[in-house]
Amino acid sequence: MNMLREVLPEMQARESAGPAVEVRGLTREFGGNAVLRGLDLSIQPGEFVALLGRSGSGKSTLLRTLAGLDAAPAGTVQVPEKRTVVFQEPRLLPWKRVWRNVTLGLRVTDPKTRAEAALAEVGLGHRLNAWPLTLSGGEAQRAALARALVREPALLLLDEPFAALDALTRIKMQALVTDLWRAHSPAVLLVTHDVDEALMLADRALVLENGKIALDVQVTMERPRQPDQAQFGEQRRLLLAALGVHG
Amino acid sequence: MSASSGEITSGLMSRGSLWRLPRGVRRCIAPIALIAVWQAIAAAGWLSPQTMPAPSLIVASFWNLIVTGQLWPNLLISLGRVLVGLTAGVTVGTLMALWSGLTRLGEDVVDPSVQMARTLPHLALIPLMILWFGIGETPKIVIIALGATFPIYLNLFAAIRGADRKLQEAGVVLGLTRQETIWHVVLPAALPGFLVGLRQALGIAWISLVVAEQINANTGIGSLVMNARDFLQTDVIFDGLLVYAALGLGTDRLVRLLENRLLAWRPVSLPV
Repeated sequence: MNMLREVLPEMQARESAGPAVEVRGLTREFGGNAVLRGLDLSIQPGEFVALLGRSGSGKSTLLRTLAGLDAAPAGTVQVPEKRTVVFQEPRLLPWKRVWRNVTLGLRVTDPKTRAEAALAEVGLGHRLNAWPLTLSGGEAQRAALARALVREPALLLLDEPFAALDALTRIKMQALVTDLWRAHSPAVLLVTHDVDEALMLADRALVLENGKIALDVQVTMERPRQPDQAQFGEQRRLLLAALGVHG
Repeated sequence: MSASSGEITSGLMSRGSLWRLPRGVRRCIAPIALIAVWQAIAAAGWLSPQTMPAPSLIVASFWNLIVTGQLWPNLLISLGRVLVGLTAGVTVGTLMALWSGLTRLGEDVVDPSVQMARTLPHLALIPLMILWFGIGETPKIVIIALGATFPIYLNLFAAIRGADRKLQEAGVVLGLTRQETIWHVVLPAALPGFLVGLRQALGIAWISLVVAEQINANTGIGSLVMNARDFLQTDVIFDGLLVYAALGLGTDRLVRLLENRLLAWRPVSLPV
């Protein structure tokens, strides 16, 4: 049963109207052990959704399914064709200069101009011709963001993209992602295990538990948000409780 | 690195005048001393020139080989054999590794046979080669090609299979086709492994050349050495060894230069 393949061609027609992501009854087993059990999820165009869950809860499996990297999901999955992923590691090709990494697989007439614009937008305009292995962790991850955004995705999948960065870089990157999301307004699914990060960035925070969405919280605070806001603390406690952490 | 290790050890060692010499000069001291001792022993008459000619004799006979025009034609012929054999071996090894590394079918067809064949020392095939191809150029080139095929195959196959899965996944989410993923991700990732294979193949090609030329050849450095043996010209045998060493060293350097050029993306290129 490979519903994803069957569903993919008709997504283009759906891109203009309706939700950006529509998942119904998604089940995924690994060796008889169900990680996702009949999961339903929809994400509106331009909506920023954070997906929380304990390790092993299936967050990454869900993201990989939406990315088209998981071969055998059962259920219906509708995603825009223009979608891309930023992983926890930058995953830049070390043998291609930064701008060539950004344009990899990009089928446009003026790839270099696009790459320059995208890299300038993430503050890497000066590292166009650098080799990826000479970038710092934060720079490499910004290049990965540029590589994703240059494709103007309708859905941007972020798989713990800040987890490997130091605390200060992480704060800067979170601000950058917020700016980029506002400028380009893709639908975003951010997989994270950091409740504060979810509350800082997302319109909606989900908790994945036992293969389903166990909690779905609207985050209505005005941006820029501060962790000392009353609502922040309240929702923080709520999400942490759903994750099995009681303060 | 060399400078810092000098700094660190200098505290532990006495700072004699040797320390003031540049490192390159210091490294030459022991080999030069060795040659000087050798020359002195020969000059004292303790070594028969048929057993171990003096370095001065070796240099003189080397010069003689150059001026009488014996060296260059034989050198070119030996180089040519290695070039042709190596090219053939590298081509076959590369094609087999690509097919075997990139497709299941190729792996099932190619890999078991190659893995069996590689355990056989290829030099053991020389008698067979002579029976099949006579004593002309063909058996020599086939032996060199055979020896070069396996290191290329084994290293490239392993490197293709070891290409980073995560980078391949990134290629998929960036919309690369399978062909594009192979071209932009898998093959560049396998290039360092291929170059390691190339250096090994080169080493084996020289060994194969030496053996093939010593068994039967009227031309080439090997035949020069064999003739010298027949006439008890030990100095010429040493000349042949020098040439082989220089050729091996020189071609290995070439591959390392190639490595530094092709793998310029590595943060620090290895010193040549």
